[in-house]
This record gives sequence, structure tokens and C-alpha cells, in this order.
Amino acid sequence: MIVVLWTDVLVWLLAAALAGYAWYVHRREHLAAPWRRVSQSASGMVALVVLVPYILVGLADSLHFRPRLETEPGANVAVHSVEVLSVLDLGLAPLRRNTERTYSEPFAARAYARETVELGSGRVAREFPRLRFGGAHLADEGERGRDIAARLARGAGLGLVAWLAGTLALVAALARGADAAYADTWRALWRGRTRAAWRALLVTAALVLAAAFATASLASGYHVLGTDKVGIDVLYLALKSVRTGLIIGALTTLVMLPFALLLGIMAGYFKGWVDDTIQYLYTTLNSIPGVLLIAAAVLMMQVYIDTRPELFPTSAQRADLRLLFLCIILGLTNWTGLARLLRGETLKLRELEFIQAAQAFGVGPARILTRHVLPNVMHLVIISLAMDFSGLVLAEAVLSYVGVGVDPSMISFGTMINAARLEIAREPMVWWVLAAAFIFMFALVLAANLFADAVRDAFDPRVRVGRAFAGKPA
Amino acid sequence: MIAYIVRRLLYAIPILIGVNLITFALFFVVNTPDDMARMQLGVKRVTQEAIDNWKAERGYDKPLLYNARARGSERLSDTIFFQKSVRLFVLDFGQADDRRDIAHEIRTRMWPSLAVALPVFLVGMAVNITFALLMAFFRATYIDFWGVVLCVALMSISTLFYIISGQFLVSKLWRLVPISGYDGGLDAVRFVILPVIIGVASGIGSGARWYRTIFLEEIGKDYVRTARAKGLAETTVLFRHVLKNAMIPILTGAVAAIPLLFLGSLLTESFFGIPGLGSYTIDAIGSQDFAVVRSMVFLGSVLYIVGLILTDISYTLADPRVRFE
Repeated sequence: MIVVLWTDVLVWLLAAALAGYAWYVHRREHLAAPWRRVSQSASGMVALVVLVPYILVGLADSLHFRPRLETEPGANVAVHSVEVLSVLDLGLAPLRRNTERTYSEPFAARAYARETVELGSGRVAREFPRLRFGGAHLADEGERGRDIAARLARGAGLGLVAWLAGTLALVAALARGADAAYADTWRALWRGRTRAAWRALLVTAALVLAAAFATASLASGYHVLGTDKVGIDVLYLALKSVRTGLIIGALTTLVMLPFALLLGIMAGYFKGWVDDTIQYLYTTLNSIPGVLLIAAAVLMMQVYIDTRPELFPTSAQRADLRLLFLCIILGLTNWTGLARLLRGETLKLRELEFIQAAQAFGVGPARILTRHVLPNVMHLVIISLAMDFSGLVLAEAVLSYVGVGVDPSMISFGTMINAARLEIAREPMVWWVLAAAFIFMFALVLAANLFADAVRDAFDPRVRVGRAFAGKPA
Repeated sequence: MIAYIVRRLLYAIPILIGVNLITFALFFVVNTPDDMARMQLGVKRVTQEAIDNWKAERGYDKPLLYNARARGSERLSDTIFFQKSVRLFVLDFGQADDRRDIAHEIRTRMWPSLAVALPVFLVGMAVNITFALLMAFFRATYIDFWGVVLCVALMSISTLFYIISGQFLVSKLWRLVPISGYDGGLDAVRFVILPVIIGVASGIGSGARWYRTIFLEEIGKDYVRTARAKGLAETTVLFRHVLKNAMIPILTGAVAAIPLLFLGSLLTESFFGIPGLGSYTIDAIGSQDFAVVRSMVFLGSVLYIVGLILTDISYTLADPRVRFE
């Protein structure tokens, strides 16, 4: 049975909107030009290659259903599990099912703590038992190192084969597009003489593909990132966290955008009492420290949800609604910055000749705003959306720690860190949960930051002017 | 000057009223006091009597806006809105759930907060400006490029990791300072030093990068070109001319943050067990003490507005081009 969660709907709407935007831009040279500049930035392309797998994981994790339970043959009614799964869970089914009893180290074949084992005939011993899944296929544990190396090589090799196929397809497409010989295109690509930063993209893609395939190959026999306290594979947890982070980053901007656009532009264009009211509104909202306002709002939402349990049939639906509310709250507290920027820009724009000409021709304000003002402030919107994303992913972890983040039952970087921070003080220390959260989060946020920088450099006219001046004197 | 300050203070009043209305709506209109009581007492199997007791204890058993049963001016004053929201204006925060006076708690707890937040602020600014100047001096070279890359990488690490790894390395592995706790007097240094170092380190990435853009913007201006044309050395230009002028936006930006230092930092204080306002807020959120959270929201915005006013005043003092208007 398909389960439609609110955030799923919004995620796919957002994806559709992005696809529509891409198609629209593709056909208009003046809109495509700044994006072409993004594609010329090596760091931007590297970041994009890192972001794409995250987005794919997030999208696959946004198609939910409730699996049908095994019923007696002949029973007419289908019974569905209360557990809500996603398409990603299907793909990761082995990871999800192969749980251990408790902690185990990455690539371990034996448990992390001693357990009492019965040796038969009443004798017991304290030893590190073999894991149920990790390395269970090994008859001889001494083989473990060689087995890992073999799986690693096999996975990385497969990844590189896939990469080679992709590269050849790209060369063919480029050569056909430019009407050039294959060999010339190939050479230009590797010497970095193409306009778009293909070389940087391909090198990163090789690394990402090799790493992804190697991880998949290793994960079929081991817990690559170990297991957590209740024995769940940490790699699975980390992959499931991706969706939460992406949703917080993406949906919040979606919530904030209409407020910022409408109010910011209106304040700048109409001036007078409209401007005063809107300025008053955002100064007031802004004057409440962000975390406190979010904390207060989330506390109140929690009261609302907890006192009305009858509204939510499954816990996943409740957690999902809480996530959506969190995005809305973050959006409502975050629109002020962009609105202020847009107001300032519109104030400048409305004095320009083309707007005054439109006013003289008797064009109505609604039409002026949408046709003449909006397209000229879009670069600010795109820059600020890109810049905000990484901050929101980081904020999720902090808010979850404070206790006003996502539902505790929802897998996210914040809940992972929260659970793991005490494990590091444990003897012997459990470091891999924290390390996994760190690696996945760092890669995501770093890539988002680098991509945002590339977008800003490409869209902001001031940056290009500034760069010309900032150069060292000859 | 005095007229200007008075005018700025008057501007603050409608904003505070707005904040007050927002907190009132958030805490009493979105959910009724009954909902809050049910939440605190456990959702299921709670009697109406228990709810009424809970409300009476905290003074939530009054009508929201208008008390029809009272007489005279008490019709307006004997309400939740007046008792709980309007009283905030005279900094009467009422009682927390553990019956302690919130105003008293705030007065005693703001000093530990300040003991951590102020050094973080001052040292952090000095460190960030130093790094930013270094990058600006070597601009458009590999030092600058890798400096910016390092800044972006540092920015991409969650504050939680700075705190957890700092605590682990310094306190657990090397055993240099206690892992958490606080003490009055000079003893506080022992407890404060690690949070300060971590606070500074976690801010370097975004801070140094931000100041670098300010310096670069300043370097592009005409007076810098004039200074170079006079034949001044690059170091003289940077330290005598650029630094001085760039300090105007940096310092005025910093003034806005000073009052908020009293609030402390939620994360640092709760990880290091510092009995400041940050950990007070976190505890209140954890135990769902609505009165404390409401007080902190209001206090936070008061401090923010004080910061705004100070910024405006410092602008007029630091930059003679800005007039009191």
C-alpha cells in the first residue's frame, strides 16, 4: 500500500519545479549564461558530482509504502504492516535486515564486547562471539584481510568500468555536438581545454563511483561502518539520514520563498505604509533570537501533536508532520534576511528608466512587479537559496541536540550524533557512529558550500567587478 | 545626540509590543493552557481536577484577554494576557515550574554566561581579523586560495563536532582541564578555557572569510589606489589605511552582538555544564517549562533591540559621514 507523506509530496513538487526551471532556462540564452559560468567553475562541478548521489538517495527515500503482510491463503483482506518503508529501504534490504545484537567495529567479524557463550556440557566461557552477519561467510577468520582487499578491488574495478562507460558516452556526445573528431575531444578533455570544467567533473566522478561500488561490494559481507548500540548497520543509518538533512535544507527554502519574494518586493516597490508595515514585521521577527523562537514554536507544536494522537495513524506520519512543521517554522523565521535584500534591490530598480517607462505607459503594478522587477531580482533569490542550504543542514543537527529538532524516532544526523556523543566517553570507546555522521555530513555541507560559492560567483555581478579590482597591483 | 537616542528608544517600543504579542499568541493561543497541562501531566488518564490544579498553581486559570467576572480595571488586568505577557515589560518574569523566581535566576546566571561568551567574542574577533588580514595581504596567491578553502572546510563542520572532539582530546585523552563544571572566582579560568578555545575555533571559518571580503572590498577603493600612487609600501597601505577603514563595518557589526553575549550559548554551556542562561534555556526546553522559555524569548529580543540601538549610535560616533537623522 502506497503511503503519501506530506514531505514526499513537497519534495517531488520541488523536483518537478526544478526540472521545469531547468527546461525553461535551457531555452533562454540570457538565463542560461550564469549557469554556464557555474559549469566552468571546477570547484562547482566537483561539488555537484558529490551532491548528486545525496540527492538520488534522498529522492529514493521519498517514495513510501507499507509492505503487505503474509496472510492466510484465502483471506480477502490485505493486511499491511504499520511500518512505513521507502524505495531506498528496498534497495538496502540486506543492510536493514542484517542486524547484530549490539556494537561491532567496522569490518569486524567478532563482537565488540565479551559475551558469555555456552560451550556445551554445562561449560561456559567469556569470549568475543562471531557476528551474525559481519564476516559470517568466512570459514577462516585469518582470511578476513584478503577477503576485504578482494572485495574492495572488485567493487572499485566495477566502479571504474561504469565510469569509463560514462566517460566514453560523454566524449561521444561532446564530439557530436562540436562536430569534432573523437580523439581531439578526448585530448581537449584531459588537458582541461574545454569550456565547462569536464576534467574536474570526471576525476571526481571516478572517485565517487569507485567509492560507491567498493562500499556496496564490501557491505555485502561486512558492516562497513560498524553497528550501533542495538546492532543496526551504521551505513544504513547514515544513508537514511540524508533525506532528513536534504528536506530541512530544501523545503525550508520553499516555505520561505513566497514570503520573502512577495513582502520584499512589495515593500521596495510601494514604499509608504506598505513598506513601514513590512519592515515592522520583519524587524519584530528578527529581533527574537532564532534558536529561541524556533524552540518556542517547536515546543508548542509538540504540545499540539502530543495532545491529539488520534490524527496520526502511524508513527512515521507523525514524525513526518513534525518534520514538515519544523521546516515551516524554520522558513517563517528565516525569510527576513532575503526579504530585506529584495527590498533594497527593488528600491534601486524602481527608479530606473525601464520601470518608469512602464509606469508612464500605464502598466499596472502587478504586471510591473512580475514582468520587470521579479526577473531582475532572481539572481539574489538563487544566490541566497544556495547559500542558506548548508546552514540549514547544520542547524538540523544542533536543533535535534537541543531537543527541538526532528522527531526522536526519525533517523537524522542530529539524532545520530545525539545518540553517539555519550558512546565516545565509553570504555572501550565507540567512535564509528560519530565518525560516520561526521563524514556524511561534512561531505554534504562542504559540497553545498562550494556549490553555493560557485553559484554566487556566477550570478552576482558585484563579485566579478570586485574581483577585477581586488587583484594585486602589477 | 540625546534627542537621537530618545527617538531610537521610542522606535523600540512598537517592536517590543510586537514581540510580546507574538510570544503571547505562540504560548497561549496556539495551544490552550489545558493542552499544556495535559502535556505536562501525561496525555492519557489525566483528570480535569489535576488540570485545574496545574493551571491554578501557575496562574493560568484566568480568561485570556477579558475577564467578565472581575470589576473595574481588573476586567483587563486579571487576565492571562496582562499577568503573563504585559508584566514582561517591567521585567517581571514570574516563577519557573520549580517555584524559583525567574528574574533572580537570570541575574545570577548571566555572569557565568558572560565569562564564556565575552572571551570567545574578543579572542575570536582578534583571531579572525588576523587570519583575514593575512589572506588579504596574500590575496590572489596560493596562500589566499588555500586559506579560503580551509575556511570553507572549517565552516562545513558542525559545532557539535568541534565540542565533542575538543572535549575528547583535551579533557579525556590529554587530561589538561576538567571535562565540565564551573566554579566562581579565579577558579573559573580552569573551566572556561576549553569552551573559549572551542568557541573561537568553531567561529574561525565563517568569521575570517567574512572579514576577508570586507578587507578586499576596502582594498578596491580609490583612496587605497591614491595611497599606493603616493608610493607607500603595501604593508603600510594595508595596516594604516585599509585596516582602519575596514574596522568601521567590523566594529559596528560587533556592537550589535555585545548585548546578546549575556544570553550565552546553548550548546557550549550544556556540554560543559556551565550554569549560565544557555543551559538554563536548554533545561527549560527539556522539561517543557513554558514560563522560562517565554521569558528568555522576551529577554533575547530586548537585548537584540539594545544591540541595534548601540549599533546606530556607534555608527554615528565612528563614522563622521553619518549624521544623527
